[in-house]
Amino acid sequence: MEKFEVITAIAAPFVHANVDTDRIIRIERCARVARKDMGLWAFESERLMPDGSKNPDFILNQAPFVNAGILVASENFGCGSSREMAVWAIAGMGIRCVIAPSFGEIFFSNCFQNGLLPIQLPHEEIANLQKQLLLSAKHSDIGQLSLTVDLIHQKLKTPWHQDFDFHVDPLRRISLLEGLDPIALTLKSLPSIEAFEEKSKSMNSWVWKI
Amino acid sequence: MTALTLFEKVWSQHVVSNLAPGVDLLYVDRHLMHDLGGGDAIFQIRQRGLKVRQPQLTFATPDHVVETVPGRTGGMAPWADDTIALLRQQTNATGIHLFDVGQNSQGIIHVIGPEQGISLPGTTIVCGDSHTCTHGAVGAIAFGIGTTEVQHVLATQTLQQKKPKTMRVEFAGKTPEGVTAKDMILALIGHISASGGTGYAIEYCGSAIDNLSMEARFTLCNLSIECGAKVGMIAPDQTTIDWLKGRPFSPKGDEWQAATQHWSTLVSDAGAVFDKSVVIDCSKLSPHITWGTSPDQVIAVNQTIPKLNEASSSVQKKAWEDALEYMGLQQGEQIIGTPIQRVFIGSCTNSRLTDLRLAAAVIKGRKVAKHVNAWVVPGSMLVKQQAEAEGLDQIFKSAGFEWREPGCALCVGANGELVAPGERCVSTSNRNFTGRQGPGARTHLASPEMAAAAALAGEIVDHRNF
Repeated sequence: MEKFEVITAIAAPFVHANVDTDRIIRIERCARVARKDMGLWAFESERLMPDGSKNPDFILNQAPFVNAGILVASENFGCGSSREMAVWAIAGMGIRCVIAPSFGEIFFSNCFQNGLLPIQLPHEEIANLQKQLLLSAKHSDIGQLSLTVDLIHQKLKTPWHQDFDFHVDPLRRISLLEGLDPIALTLKSLPSIEAFEEKSKSMNSWVWKI
Repeated sequence: MTALTLFEKVWSQHVVSNLAPGVDLLYVDRHLMHDLGGGDAIFQIRQRGLKVRQPQLTFATPDHVVETVPGRTGGMAPWADDTIALLRQQTNATGIHLFDVGQNSQGIIHVIGPEQGISLPGTTIVCGDSHTCTHGAVGAIAFGIGTTEVQHVLATQTLQQKKPKTMRVEFAGKTPEGVTAKDMILALIGHISASGGTGYAIEYCGSAIDNLSMEARFTLCNLSIECGAKVGMIAPDQTTIDWLKGRPFSPKGDEWQAATQHWSTLVSDAGAVFDKSVVIDCSKLSPHITWGTSPDQVIAVNQTIPKLNEASSSVQKKAWEDALEYMGLQQGEQIIGTPIQRVFIGSCTNSRLTDLRLAAAVIKGRKVAKHVNAWVVPGSMLVKQQAEAEGLDQIFKSAGFEWREPGCALCVGANGELVAPGERCVSTSNRNFTGRQGPGARTHLASPEMAAAAALAGEIVDHRNF
């Protein structure tokens, strides 16, 4: 898994509540598109026109947000289906971090498995960030669009010198910082797993007689 | 002794080790798999040189990509047959039990898990599908996971999980005639919002829950994820035990005795503390139907669509505007009388025998409106056979419904079965997201009776007056 320490990138405001994972990646793409190509189909219904060309009205098709590495999203981002392809699609667009007031829980977990950092900040702070970014874009003030996400110190820095502290669960933070593989980590606990299984078989044999 | 909730009891009984404050390595008793990504997940861990740790605790079925046309043998979508073949090959190579297409045990994974007696009270159940919360109806901790976590379970039979907070949802009072579990849970989602349950494991309780059939409890728990909760569960009672007894994979003999003894301890203790509590008064509920593109955009069928100036924030106002535009509806108007073109009775929410009986009771002796294309997709082969034995298929077919083969079908369109752009569908499924049933498709979620009545009327109606 790709490590995440500190990134500085253009941040795009994405002001839609309840963005579900069906909207992020259509189910047909999940079934037949290779993981590395998933980004091509992210937000397909709104990013692409029926003929496959880019919809100029979609914010991530507009300069300078076409090069965004950070998404500043709204409530309940990534709700709905558990499809991990939604994370692959967003990561495939070059996004490394999504900031939102709240997330769909399965999407939130899936992010950490793929080197994408989801950050939760209070609603008012997000609303201000989105407003500021839209204003900077309107004035073509490119210098005012890059945010720095520092996972080491858990700080989000803005060009207008307003810093935000954020918090990531310690285990997840270390896994991202070091790019750890969760399966390899868990397999180190094999003796505990075996001990649990022995105990379960003797205490609740009905679980196992199938 | 500390008073514990049902959730806390089952969780603590599955902790392999504590990894960090609030984070445990949790043992998985039942791993359910389906065709969309299941075969690939097994393939990936084998590529890494890892084995499936507990194939006997793992069960699979093709449901997402199979077509549902009568006489089908696989899928019609270009990707379907390869996807099914991969699942077949990988489960076969690793000794995982497959309920295959053509066998009389195939069906939607969240229907067949309980139906086969695989999903049991007091167990932990996971599946690479968000509607795994359905199985919580038997008193299990059941939740959906992503592809990487599926591989983690295959290789280790465990998951690293943050322990959620607990929420108690009491459905109090007696539901009026014609109001179902679907209406109860849609009312809850409307009340607490699509993210009101995020971070919580919900326990449903109260007299209205006690009175629900087992199958209605699956419907209720199925929509837990639509208010954001990964887990929604109901304490096992006599209804649960009677329903599970004698199923193919249910414990037998002494094991059954031991199991039921254990299950009798699975209740929240008096005085157990929940992080949040919600009460819904069922005596005042009416049939519900969604008007927008999020399951919390829902009203009682006799209410009007909300006005934009009732939105609680600018973000919600924008979401409502977008939803109204997509759905082709006007703020402040009645939803009753809205013309429809499609009806879908099916999905892991509402495709069980009791659902089909209730819909058939509305339909019996009547005809589907001429401009409506209406489908019934039973949740499993067993449901289909039982329904046919009762003659329900004849009621549907003579009314003009298509009577199809089991699968996820029009709920998600992963098999290429779609609602056409601009068409309006009353659906018994669980998601009304933009494009969920196909690009441009307009979905209204409702109960089987509501869907059945809409099919006959050709428009949205209150089934109680129809």
